[in-house]
Amino acid sequence: MTALVPLVVLIPLFAAALTLVLGRRARVQRIVAALALTAVLVIGVVLLLAVDGDGALVVDVGAWPVPSGIVLVVDRLSALMVVISALVLLAVLVFSIGQGLADGDDETPVSIYYPTYLILTTGVMVAFIAGDLFNLYVGFEILLVASYVLITLGGTESRIRAGVTYVVVSLLSSVLFLASIAMVYGALGTVNLAQVALRVQELPLDVQILLHVMLLVAFGIKAAVFPLSFWLPDSYPTAPAPVTAAFAGLLTKIGVYAIIRVETVIFPTPELNPALMVLALLTMVVGALGAVAQADIKRILSFTLVSHIGYMILGVALGTVAGTAAAIYYIVHHIVVQTTLFLAAGLVEREAGSTSISRIGGLLASAPLVAVLFFIPALNLGGIPPFSGFIGKLGLFQAAAEQGGALAYTLIGAGALVSLLTLYALVRVWNLAFWRSRDEVAGDETRLLRAVEEAPLSTSTVSETRTTPRLMTISTAVMVAVGIALTLFAGPLYALADRAAENLDGPDAYIELLFPGGVEPAGDGEPGSGEVTP
Amino acid sequence: MTLSLVLIIVMAVLIAAGVYLVLERSLTRVVLGVLLMGNGVNLLMLSMAGPAGLAPLVIDGVEAEQYSDPLPQALILTAIVITFAVSAFLLALIYRSWRLANADDVSDDADDVALRGGEVTLPMEETAPDEGDTEFPLEAEVAQGGPGVDATERVVIVTDNDSSSAPEGGGGR
Repeated sequence: MTALVPLVVLIPLFAAALTLVLGRRARVQRIVAALALTAVLVIGVVLLLAVDGDGALVVDVGAWPVPSGIVLVVDRLSALMVVISALVLLAVLVFSIGQGLADGDDETPVSIYYPTYLILTTGVMVAFIAGDLFNLYVGFEILLVASYVLITLGGTESRIRAGVTYVVVSLLSSVLFLASIAMVYGALGTVNLAQVALRVQELPLDVQILLHVMLLVAFGIKAAVFPLSFWLPDSYPTAPAPVTAAFAGLLTKIGVYAIIRVETVIFPTPELNPALMVLALLTMVVGALGAVAQADIKRILSFTLVSHIGYMILGVALGTVAGTAAAIYYIVHHIVVQTTLFLAAGLVEREAGSTSISRIGGLLASAPLVAVLFFIPALNLGGIPPFSGFIGKLGLFQAAAEQGGALAYTLIGAGALVSLLTLYALVRVWNLAFWRSRDEVAGDETRLLRAVEEAPLSTSTVSETRTTPRLMTISTAVMVAVGIALTLFAGPLYALADRAAENLDGPDAYIELLFPGGVEPAGDGEPGSGEVTP
Repeated sequence: MTLSLVLIIVMAVLIAAGVYLVLERSLTRVVLGVLLMGNGVNLLMLSMAGPAGLAPLVIDGVEAEQYSDPLPQALILTAIVITFAVSAFLLALIYRSWRLANADDVSDDADDVALRGGEVTLPMEETAPDEGDTEFPLEAEVAQGGPGVDATERVVIVTDNDSSSAPEGGGGR
């Protein structure tokens, strides 16, 4: 079973190489990419079942004993994240295949799209199964470099502008992460997560807090936690629809995943929890207010993305098993729903030629299927019962109420308010883009004119009857169905999240995995030359 | 653990200069700033390895403490490679930005500016005036009927020829 663990990284990596070699054969590229992601999904499911049944898997890469070599760890949280990311990445890939088939090479130079996308997958998987901080950094870098390419795909002016912001901010967070790794190594003489967790308790409190804050800032930028979230709504909306969907679903959640690891394994102490709760509150409120002010569907969705990161941080900040479990369920829910909404926005763009809600209208009549595919995840994100958004928020609020205290109750109130604001922003999209008739749109142009305007200079012919490829609709519909399944199978899923969170109740379970008995083996690989005696 | 004061000072100077440069609007300076910060952090990692020692090759009769710690050096090597790749990408990005706009500045987000002005109508996303990215004076060329003109003339035909005209593979731009 342990042999399967490296495969989730190796398969997309080799598939990326293969698709790069097959650059001239778009059809083969598509098949290879889709097969690779399907394989990762299947392996992920097998791993999840195995890990849930028999306990976590640990792989010593290159057979080096644990503290000396690179170690891969798959526990319930990792396995769950691997499954859900593989699922989302596959759906988005199918969507982009559909879009690419009809668009030709208008938007995406296909020959680099698939390899880059697979490299992104590789990075995501490395980040989820990494057992040490530096490997986590490498995973982040792999997925970030791939995302730099994807976000500037085609190299148009607006994308270059947005890409520069994204690249520079990400680089800054990487530099901070690297600096915190250096500090951790200087203080503890190791970067292995379990070893760090064992040794960190011996450090003086001020050094602990310093390291804790450095790691949180580095991951906070990636997770788009306020006030480090400014870059996200600026850079995501300009990328091609499927790219934005994958980014919105996954990349910020990897930051949240890293924060969960930091909060549960390395620093389970409650010193910074109130600060995190305040940040969660601000993230929720500021994001939601931003969403209300916007007039473009993709930008509205980007702001709701920021705002809902706040819910996950709330769950983590509670520092209880119930809070972590709710956060894990919420992450799964949000990855699926946010991706679906961005895919639906891609369909809207396709149908109406724009995502600006002041320019489009009448979509309910002209594209009823798209309307349904947008409406369900929109209600889901807004937290309308019985959808998974409601279950996730309920879990979070319950966990917060169990903890009690003024701050927790303020957060519950703010969370309820923010879900209403989210609903308001999305209902505004619904009213303007779908509900009102075309005649009410000020300055409405014919679609042909718009099509000409949309694609200046790209081809010598502009056709009016652009049909939406079936693959795009199908993959969005599948994602909507997955979102509904999260509601239908909420019981088992929430139980799984609970079990995953129990593993994360303090560092002991994680340490036990690598060092049975909770004691480091004598004479470990590093003779402690970099260690500080506190 | 003993630290080299010189290394610490150099690191601080590198990171301070890097932060200053990253705050500039000019992208070239931003790249230089990122490079300086990256190297500053590498120095931080190096100083965390403790005092310099013998090359970490096992020699008989040498105590473990006399070797220098090899792990931070391995980490730095990885970080250098990553910084190298990313700065190459950034330079390409800057070159592209300069080709498109004849500027290497970070400009404001058009949507943000529109919202700030209280104007609800947002400009549409501009897609790919790619063929028009000849050296910049495109409008002047248009006025003079120069080589850029034919790119702006288009025939509008109402057909569904999307799937048939889609080139397979398309070797990128």
